[in-house]
Amino acid sequence: MSDEKSFEYLYRELEDTIRKLESGDLPLAESLALFEQGTKLAEQCNALLDNAELRVRQLTARPDGGLDVQPIEG
Amino acid sequence: MSSPQNVYTVSQITAYVKSLFAEDLLLGDVWLSGEVSGFTQASSGHCYFTLKDANAVLRAVIWRTQANRMALPRNGDQVIAHGSISVYEAGGQYQLYVDRLEAAGVGRLWLEFERLKARLEAEGLFDPARKRIIPPRPVRLGVATSATAAALHDILRTLAARFPLVEVILAATPVQGADAPPGIVAAIQALNRWSAGREPLDALILARGGGSIEELWAFNDERVARAIVASAVPVITGVGHETDFTIADFAADLRAPTPTGAATLATPDRRELSATVRALAASAQALMTARLAASRSDVDVLAYRLGRQAPTLRIARDRQRVDDLGRRGALATAVRLRSARERLESHRLRLAALDPTAVLSRGYAIVTMPDGAVVSSTAQVSPGDALTVRVADGTFGAVAQTIDDGR
Repeated sequence: MSDEKSFEYLYRELEDTIRKLESGDLPLAESLALFEQGTKLAEQCNALLDNAELRVRQLTARPDGGLDVQPIEG
Repeated sequence: MSSPQNVYTVSQITAYVKSLFAEDLLLGDVWLSGEVSGFTQASSGHCYFTLKDANAVLRAVIWRTQANRMALPRNGDQVIAHGSISVYEAGGQYQLYVDRLEAAGVGRLWLEFERLKARLEAEGLFDPARKRIIPPRPVRLGVATSATAAALHDILRTLAARFPLVEVILAATPVQGADAPPGIVAAIQALNRWSAGREPLDALILARGGGSIEELWAFNDERVARAIVASAVPVITGVGHETDFTIADFAADLRAPTPTGAATLATPDRRELSATVRALAASAQALMTARLAASRSDVDVLAYRLGRQAPTLRIARDRQRVDDLGRRGALATAVRLRSARERLESHRLRLAALDPTAVLSRGYAIVTMPDGAVVSSTAQVSPGDALTVRVADGTFGAVAQTIDDGR
């Protein structure tokens, strides 16, 4: 799973968007775009929070000394 | 040999002996091992006994306040005691005043613990400055604990309730016995390798449920402490019960009292986080509303300023001037009228040049014939005529179809 879509990434983008909106000196069109983006980010954050299920994997050692993971029951 | 001039009283000599004891650093803070015998507890609550070995005995006292805080020994017990040795003048005896007592096996472990803790602390391993902050909203956590014990279940249950979007990577290890220290070290190192090479970990939880000092002993192992300090991934320990402090706890970036506590410290509560997200969305809404209100009034201000400059207003002013001039004398008036008319004409032309864009942007269009003449009447157009339509941002061609002149 790419960290791009992680909750942390979305949450920080949301905080950033609010900060930009707060800074004030923006053309109206840009403010509207930021507002739409902020609303969408908030929805995505809450969707992740509401729908997530804990994903647990266990490290296992390979014969060659490398590491793998296997899913296990939570 | 002292001379008869220096004749001391018993009290003086006893006080002298007592001061010798008091000045001695070792005797002020000493650990002793021996066997308990002759143990009694007086009605005052104070305890008296002797500590002995093959060749010597030492009188010992436990004051009531200390006695209330410890498990009292029985005759024959091998113990390790801590306290200070001083002189009891009235009895003409030196005594051990005991503040701590452990059964010998356990006592030895405590001594080892104290020694190792002091040594590692002196090396700087526990320095608060090297402890790292745990990220508030982790993407991925490592867990090093036994795969079969209750601690893992407690951790996973807590994570699932608080912050289920976090991913968990488990490195299983024995958590007691001789295999435990190397197992714990290997688990911490494996999680670090995974974090560096495959998927970054924001923190790792090292945990074990409650137990006796012997059962928790692996977490007082020097190898474990060094592995924690060497870990690039921040370490949160959750070992034993509330009051248990192991060397691992001192070495960790953050200590929790229990495995559940460690999972709690590692994560935010999703209900609080959800409320924060909603608050952020609400503030975006408020900011937007304010912004829109501000922009509307900006437009109003601009419109007012434009209005003051507008040709129409100047024409009105000039018309008034013309009227004024008209009252003043024929020739002068005629001359002035002409120049006023010229000014009016230039204003009208300027208006004509300026206004169309404003008019066009409201949705009006200028239709022209192929020869450029502006169409202002249906009489100019027949069905099939090619026309050019000019709107605010450009032109397009059109063909006249049916004509309706309203008659």
